[in-house]
Amino acid sequence: MQFPLLSFIVFTPMLAGLLILLIPGERKTEIRVAALAAGAFALALSLWAYFAYDVAAGGYQFVERYNWLPALGISYYVGIDGMNAPLVLLTGVVMFTGVLISWGIDDRPREFFAFLFILATGVFGVFVALDLFMLFFFYEIAVFPMYLLISIWGWKVTREYAAMKLTLYLFIGSVIALVGALAMYFTSGLGTFDMLALEQAGFSTAFQRVVFPFVFFGFAVLGGIFPFHNWSPDGHVAAPTAVSMFHAGVLMKLGAFAALRVGIMLLPEGARFHMPWIILLTLVNVVYGAFIASVQTDFKYVIGFSSVSHMGLVAMGFATLSREGMLGAGIQMFSHGVMTALFFAVVGMVYDQAHTREIPQLGGFRKFMPVVAVAFIVGGLVSMGMPGFSGFVAEFPIFMGLWNAKPSWLWANYTWVAIIAAISIVITASYIIRIIGKVFFGQPPAEFDGHIHDVNVLDKVALVFLSTIMIAIGVFPRLIVPLVQSGVDNVLRLLGGA
Amino acid sequence: MSLNPSMFIPVLPQILLLALGIVILFLDVLLPREQHRYLGWVAAVGMVVIMLAILPFMPQEQFQLTWGGMVRFDWMSYTFWMLFLFGAAVTALLAMDYPELGERGSFYLLLIASTIGMMFMASAGDLVMLYLSIETVSIPLYILAGFFVRSDESTEAGFKYLLFGAMTSAILLYGFSLLYGFSGTTDLHQIVLGIVQGKVSLPLAFTSMMLVLVGLSFKVSVVPFHFWAPDVYQGAPTPVAGFLSTASKAAGFAVLIRILFIVFPILGNQWAIVLAALSVATMTLGNLVALAQRNIKRLLAYSSIAHAGYILIGVVSGFSELGMVSVVYYLVAYLMTNLAAFGIVSAFGRVAGSDDMTAYYGLSRRSPGLALAMLVAFLSLAGMPPFAGFIAKVFIFAAAVGVGQIWLAVVGVLNSIIGLYYYLTVMKYVYLYRSENDDQPVPLSGSFKLALGVLVAGIVVIGVLFSPWFNWASVAARSMFF
Repeated sequence: MQFPLLSFIVFTPMLAGLLILLIPGERKTEIRVAALAAGAFALALSLWAYFAYDVAAGGYQFVERYNWLPALGISYYVGIDGMNAPLVLLTGVVMFTGVLISWGIDDRPREFFAFLFILATGVFGVFVALDLFMLFFFYEIAVFPMYLLISIWGWKVTREYAAMKLTLYLFIGSVIALVGALAMYFTSGLGTFDMLALEQAGFSTAFQRVVFPFVFFGFAVLGGIFPFHNWSPDGHVAAPTAVSMFHAGVLMKLGAFAALRVGIMLLPEGARFHMPWIILLTLVNVVYGAFIASVQTDFKYVIGFSSVSHMGLVAMGFATLSREGMLGAGIQMFSHGVMTALFFAVVGMVYDQAHTREIPQLGGFRKFMPVVAVAFIVGGLVSMGMPGFSGFVAEFPIFMGLWNAKPSWLWANYTWVAIIAAISIVITASYIIRIIGKVFFGQPPAEFDGHIHDVNVLDKVALVFLSTIMIAIGVFPRLIVPLVQSGVDNVLRLLGGA
Repeated sequence: MSLNPSMFIPVLPQILLLALGIVILFLDVLLPREQHRYLGWVAAVGMVVIMLAILPFMPQEQFQLTWGGMVRFDWMSYTFWMLFLFGAAVTALLAMDYPELGERGSFYLLLIASTIGMMFMASAGDLVMLYLSIETVSIPLYILAGFFVRSDESTEAGFKYLLFGAMTSAILLYGFSLLYGFSGTTDLHQIVLGIVQGKVSLPLAFTSMMLVLVGLSFKVSVVPFHFWAPDVYQGAPTPVAGFLSTASKAAGFAVLIRILFIVFPILGNQWAIVLAALSVATMTLGNLVALAQRNIKRLLAYSSIAHAGYILIGVVSGFSELGMVSVVYYLVAYLMTNLAAFGIVSAFGRVAGSDDMTAYYGLSRRSPGLALAMLVAFLSLAGMPPFAGFIAKVFIFAAAVGVGQIWLAVVGVLNSIIGLYYYLTVMKYVYLYRSENDDQPVPLSGSFKLALGVLVAGIVVIGVLFSPWFNWASVAARSMFF
């Protein structure tokens, strides 16, 4: 029998979390070491899955299937293809670096890591699920630890409000999607939640058009789509650093990915019908998110709104329903995940030292923490879509896809969308450069003298690791492009050629 | 009617329980005062032994009527027996160290008496039997609710429960008398023939059905007959409140589905509308009022009202197999979860001396284990995986969508969002807030830890490995229609 790699990936964090709960709470060093070991193990496994995936063969690999509830056709059914393999790796990366930069958490670290790892299990589970029920099961597991993580360890000012807002938003989205999914289950008449079978169910056009918005928006809430993005900047800002990384880096992809997997792939006709107006919403995401980000004075809010803007590009890529657009969106999910994890890590490091995130009150961090400054600049270049960094590899195909795509109705073409969205990159550049200039190169305020120290070696390892990934993909796009391309082909098959 | 040994199987657990009760009565007199808490172990172990003892006597697929049609023995009643025995055993363990409750032999005796009644309720095949069993359940529970005679609150709870109970019981009886008067029989399986053959006109059948519904709505605390629940739960000893909100409610639902599906299937469309309306009102009111509660027992009372509403969704979809299964599954999941929640409240309330929400500030620092158990129970109530409440809710909503009642599923889903809000709020107090008692540990007895451990494990097992339980529930559901 084949080694159950994906099950190991899914359950390693959960088991590690439960084991950590058994360690006495006051032995904090042991707890951190155990968490780091589990994070490293999960990263190693996800790297293995990523590089062992055979692109030439394509399709779903490392498939495992066990009956869960045969009476209703529910099974534990996992597998990876070109679409979710990068996301599994991304989760491993963020989990590992998240543990590294959370070394300093001193209030109940045992519970912190346990909840964080349960969340990670949920995320892994959704990414690899090929069964609709299983997807929901793990989706909810990924949502609720967020509440505790934000409300207990978050920023004191807004954490209670932000945590509740986030949880309710996401829960509303998921239960609405659940009702849509149940409708699919009963309408198909197949008596199975197997998504590969449901892809072939042949839902009527009318059914697809009615159900698609529920399923798509139910999940896209977590992807931060306008006008349901409101929870996300608040949530990012209130969360502790590692949770922000997880949240913006991985959880938002969870929403976008599930919207693709359940919405677009199971209801392609619905997608074709609704996408021409949904693309308008994603355009608002991109442009409005960038504008709002550029007027924030709180460092973390800038990054929070930049996530809204970048996730808009992901949704826009999917909305083109074209080969290039989806390829770009698939890469953007990975690229943005790594980038935003790095951004939030940097924000956390700056805040820990300066005790403020107001950009006008910061300055001169290049001198205090040079590695952090370099890492932020790398992230900034990714964010602006500079060639040579992963952001370019992701964003360029999205604009190409927009240019080429043929809307099914409503508009003649999307070229105007491409033009507006491309211009918004200039706004991105403006707020990124403003931060670099003020926070890292500006004049340090007098009261910082002697109070600001460099970050520790674990933080540096995390930042260097994240930066390396973004540069590696920028320089060698082959590391990801053929893989995602094979996943996109799989999606396009369902959309009927193109 | 001649006696043969097989006739005793359908009443075997009741007979054994009665014997257990007599044993406890004697031990109560014989044991020295300081060893009275061991009665809890006797009761709990005794009930577990009874569960094991009836394992070989599983019912046939076809139901069996014995004792002149008084007792109907099928998988549905068997399932509920197990549920009641489990609930009563756990309640005995949870109550053992509750002062002035756990050391009183009469508490265990009343618990057993009430459980015997519930088991007869679940297997009643006759109106007379049904009424007698309901009273056998209720009278011990009235006494239990008012068990602390020196506490005004407890006495008030007992008295209030008695008054409400007597009133609705009278209405129920009136409904029964109409059915008997027009059909000329008290046998449930004959009455349905009377209705089908037109001996009982449909409007009359509808009227008597509504009267019966009133009586049962009280038992399962469905709006607008829910008013007793918060006051009684708040005043009654907490372990008793836990028992009231779970086993007693499950017994009510057992009878409700029995009567609706055996006696009134012909009025299915009518009662589906009535129950759907009641379900929406119950869920919504329960959840909305729960938002405003500051006392944890009242919060749990309103939450348990809301849960009755969710279960009604399953009853409305009950003509499909999935609907009936979902009702049974939900009751199992709910019993585990709510017993755990009330168990935690009873243990902590005793230490803190208060059931106010503010007492729960900083619980996670005082007792991480208890806080974690509470997190599991509350997330299960909220319907989060991997806990029992999630899968039970999915079955309920799936059943509703399956029979085309999508709107009902949507209302249920929206309600579960409100539910999530207040359950999470409690968890916020437990994990986030601080109190000056942060460093005082919460002492827990071994029996309590055992009971809570079993419940938490049960919540996870039912929520993750659902196939065996689902199949069991399917067998029970099918036995309703044979």
